[in-house]
Amino acid sequence: MGRKILFITTDQQRYDTLGCNGGELSRTPVVDRLAAEGVRYERAVPQSVVCMPSRSTMLTGQHPSTHGVWMNGVALPVDAPSVAAVLHQSGYRTALVGKPHFEPFLDPFNRFTENRVAASGLPTAQSLQADGGMGPHRGFDHLEFATHSPAGSLHYARWMVENHFDALGGFYAVLDKELEVNAAGGGDTGAPQVQINPVAREWYHTDWVADRTIAWLDGLEADDDWFCWMSFPDPHHPWDPPASELGRVDWRDVPLPAGYVADLAERERILDDKPRHWRLWYDGELVSNYEAPTRWVPATLTADQVREVNAVNAVEVELIDEAIGRVLAAAQARGWAEDLDVVFTTDHGELQGDFGLLFKGPYHVDGLMRLPLIWRPAPSAGVEAATVTLPVGLVDLAPTFCAIAGLDAQPWMEGNALPLDDADAAARGFERVLTEWDSELFGVAVHLRTITRDGWVCTTYRPGTVHDGSEGELYDLSEDPLQQVNRWDDAAVRSIRDDLVADLGDHLPAPRVPRLPVDAPV
Amino acid sequence: MRASQRRHRVIEVSAERAWEVVGRAALLHLWFPGITSCVVEGDTRTIVLGSGVSLPETILTNDALQRRFQYRITGGLFAEHLGTIDVIALEENRCLAIYSSDADPGVMAIVLGGATGGALEELARQLETGVGPAIDALTTTET
Repeated sequence: MGRKILFITTDQQRYDTLGCNGGELSRTPVVDRLAAEGVRYERAVPQSVVCMPSRSTMLTGQHPSTHGVWMNGVALPVDAPSVAAVLHQSGYRTALVGKPHFEPFLDPFNRFTENRVAASGLPTAQSLQADGGMGPHRGFDHLEFATHSPAGSLHYARWMVENHFDALGGFYAVLDKELEVNAAGGGDTGAPQVQINPVAREWYHTDWVADRTIAWLDGLEADDDWFCWMSFPDPHHPWDPPASELGRVDWRDVPLPAGYVADLAERERILDDKPRHWRLWYDGELVSNYEAPTRWVPATLTADQVREVNAVNAVEVELIDEAIGRVLAAAQARGWAEDLDVVFTTDHGELQGDFGLLFKGPYHVDGLMRLPLIWRPAPSAGVEAATVTLPVGLVDLAPTFCAIAGLDAQPWMEGNALPLDDADAAARGFERVLTEWDSELFGVAVHLRTITRDGWVCTTYRPGTVHDGSEGELYDLSEDPLQQVNRWDDAAVRSIRDDLVADLGDHLPAPRVPRLPVDAPV
Repeated sequence: MRASQRRHRVIEVSAERAWEVVGRAALLHLWFPGITSCVVEGDTRTIVLGSGVSLPETILTNDALQRRFQYRITGGLFAEHLGTIDVIALEENRCLAIYSSDADPGVMAIVLGGATGGALEELARQLETGVGPAIDALTTTET
């Protein structure tokens, strides 16, 4: 009997939303305890700051250039390598409960397996595997899906329609009537994508994901080895948690985040010091991607709206923490506690008021790039609690799962099993992490490549419709933790910039050829 | 906001052979993954998508000389739509199929673009291998 793996992801959660990472808004005692007992990573970086490429990296252990999911709406090929398939083939029971998003949601033709599985009533589908054989879809022998709302055809939406139809109207409509990301405001302040949702807490998708995870665990034999990816859709917008829970955090008491620059002139000066798409988006003159409301102008964001978004986000984070607590209790009741590894992270962050912005996009700064990551190894493994400060990536997750299962990392994996402390990280060469952004939507093309190394974040720009390829960003994370001083053109650090750019070029994987098509906006 | 998408595929058969499939409006569901049925009555074609959604279309152009097929989705979420399939001869046994989708909302153009890309792949597969439901239907019709 081997170690069990509970892989917990949230969606669009900032590093600083957890108590163990210094967050003060949300109470997260469950995850904080995992951190206290395990390894907490202070510089975990995604390989993409949007969902589909980032989740594909978690599953494949590859950078976006390699797995080919270069923007949201590009489907990960069904026969892409999958760590879940590796575990399944070695005897693990495997499940993904919650948000998948390796394939587009917006799929009226029902072309994609995720949507078809939900309609089929079957636990999984048989799909082509990376080795050319057939097997459960992406290696999961149980699939049960949810996303940010009960709209669409995934399992949670079907469950809500069948059981709680009258509650559907309380949720925020993620898309407007023209299928654009909705800009409508709500709550007390009119903040975009905020809505007071009267849905009962136990019907909300956070509790549903935990309930369905527990149900799957209940169906396992005591001596089964298992890998469960429990994937919460929150705290990604829309911010519409159950109204009954809003009293946990009164937005009027919420301090403005450190990254929010209250002085308008100073804020605009900081934005103007960055490549021009920052300011263009802020002014409502450019939307480069589908992840933010097209009709929303960030410059209209008020301080109170930032407070309310942060408050509601904190409520969602607390609900997730409590849901995790229920699942851990269920695992303990089955007698698995000693042999259970728990990994907690998210796919990317959220600007959440930094620079006067919300949501996400081609902005490689800490709000989106610094992720919560905690690995609580199985107590039976005898690993000492530690904090790792050297940079690690989500690309390191898949080899970590192999290591937990006692398997070698697969040749197609591009990361390394997560280090157990800084000494281990240094000994095994954890030095740099790479992040990519590519988007081409409605005539706007943006391409970024970023390296995080030696306490610096360096972003290069490739030619697109907004940039000529000469632009860049360079931030000293120790002296400028909020990334408000772009030193790209600072002669005093030119040698650092040149070294980082060269290192980035030396380590970027070759892009997949031919490029995979965009099948949907998301 | 409207948007325009275009997909293309070189197919290793003659343009005449490709047009035999593309020009028969009632065969669409046999080579377009995600369309489960289609019925043609006059210049109206009604398609049913994999999600169960039914959409009426008006056939605007079915020009065997230019090898151009155009249609307009007239229902659903569309404020405007134009679909165009062109088959262009490249060599004696080689042609280029181009499938364009113009739509308002623009988001639907992207969704259609993805689906038409898949359709061209399936069209090419059936034509190049000589195997598939659209080819079978063609044979049945020919005999």
